[in-house]
Amino acid sequence: MTGTDPVVRADGLVVRRGGHTILDELTFAIAPGQVTGLLGPSGCGKTTLMRTLVGVQEVTAGQVTVLGLPAGHPKLRDRVGYSTQEPAIYPDLTLNENLRYFGTVLGLRRDRLRAAIAKTVADLDLTGLENRLVGTFSGGQLARAGLAVALLGTPDLLVLDEPTVGLDPVLRHDLWAMFHRLADAGASLVISSHVMDEAARCDYLLFMREGRFLTEAPPAQILRQTGAPDLETAFLRLATGSSEISARQQEAGKR
Amino acid sequence: MSGEMVLNWTLTRATARRVLAQLRHDPRTIVMMLAVPTVLMILLRYVLDNPLALDRLAPVYIGVFPFVIMFIVAAITTQRERARGTLERLMAMPLGKLDLLAGYAIAFGLFACVQVGVALVISLTWLGVALPGSAVPMAVIAVLDAILGMSLGLFASAFARSEFQAVQFMPAFVLPQALLCGLVVARADMTPVLRWLSDVLPLSYAVDAMQRISASASWTAAIGADIAIILAFTAAALVGGALTLRRQSR
Repeated sequence: MTGTDPVVRADGLVVRRGGHTILDELTFAIAPGQVTGLLGPSGCGKTTLMRTLVGVQEVTAGQVTVLGLPAGHPKLRDRVGYSTQEPAIYPDLTLNENLRYFGTVLGLRRDRLRAAIAKTVADLDLTGLENRLVGTFSGGQLARAGLAVALLGTPDLLVLDEPTVGLDPVLRHDLWAMFHRLADAGASLVISSHVMDEAARCDYLLFMREGRFLTEAPPAQILRQTGAPDLETAFLRLATGSSEISARQQEAGKR
Repeated sequence: MSGEMVLNWTLTRATARRVLAQLRHDPRTIVMMLAVPTVLMILLRYVLDNPLALDRLAPVYIGVFPFVIMFIVAAITTQRERARGTLERLMAMPLGKLDLLAGYAIAFGLFACVQVGVALVISLTWLGVALPGSAVPMAVIAVLDAILGMSLGLFASAFARSEFQAVQFMPAFVLPQALLCGLVVARADMTPVLRWLSDVLPLSYAVDAMQRISASASWTAAIGADIAIILAFTAAALVGGALTLRRQSR
């Protein structure tokens, strides 16, 4: 695999759950070494799409390739970092015990494990909290602890579901700077958000609504295409545009 | 990739250590898990108030109480792991399902050793329970019973959608077994249908083994057969647990 091959390639990806279509025939590619933003309202399928990339969501139809292998392939399990919306971490363990366990599962041992923990703790500004029970953490500390687990194994692809929700602006700023540092170092990041002011911080955007993409392009290009002053307006224009089209299609269908 | 049904010892041990660390941070649960079987034994002693009946029944209950407690502890712990999302996180990581289940089995198994040990020592000393032979085989079988309860709890938790449901599994899975295992009525005296039901339920063999060991001073082939059946049920429940742990949700 060369450095320019897409890290993710989806072809006609469909996920249906309980009779509902969550992901509706998505075909897209995600370039390596970039921060790709997955933006859309809650319930639009962002989390399902991310779970598909990580391989914990069964695909109804279509194909998803991650780092050249089918999503969820055993060889991907230590190359893809995943952090869920609700921090999936043990509240009845200390931060150190959590990181030690997940790090061991990721294949880190002894010195490498210790170094990875020290680095992640410092990167996420969790220093001094190592020996505290995670259950006593504040919301922001908890979110960062959850993120720390995803970063531990220095994965090639990081899939982060709403990683900055509820964090204070300074910390959010720092985290986005770190995301770009990771991308500069060669990692690829897919980050979901429903806050449009974070969209501008991404290298590439996937605007998502009701299981489909409204558009996918770099932020500047989306602004140019829609003629909108900001990405929020751009999203609105694209969303109303598409609902007008689908209304017209329905009209046409009735006739 | 192989690995799904092969044990990775490092990851199994890490999981066992993690589960024990979780317990260590919860002293109240430790005290309850250790004290409850013993307190129940003390209660049994005074309820029966008859040394002969106690000698006959105490060993059976030393097998049954840890079985029940381990069932519920294991069912709730795994249900929590599902609800918190840590199970999904682990399933997206290079951890085998058997590594996870065996890690649980080892951690709870070690705990069961202490649990049974305390109940046994109190029963044999303070409560004055007399055994025909050594206490070691009885301790071994009681620990196996506890591990059996734990394995069934791990398996049952796959069918619980919430912690509340997991709690309900205790009466739903365990109480029928308690009625049919020969504690209330001897299995030989049951109608054929009940007898047949009793024959396919794991707790029957746990109680059977305990009854035999308290009746004879020496090891018999029948005890060995009971132990083999207990181990087979344990293995089946663990493999069933691994099969019902899904890496992907539908």
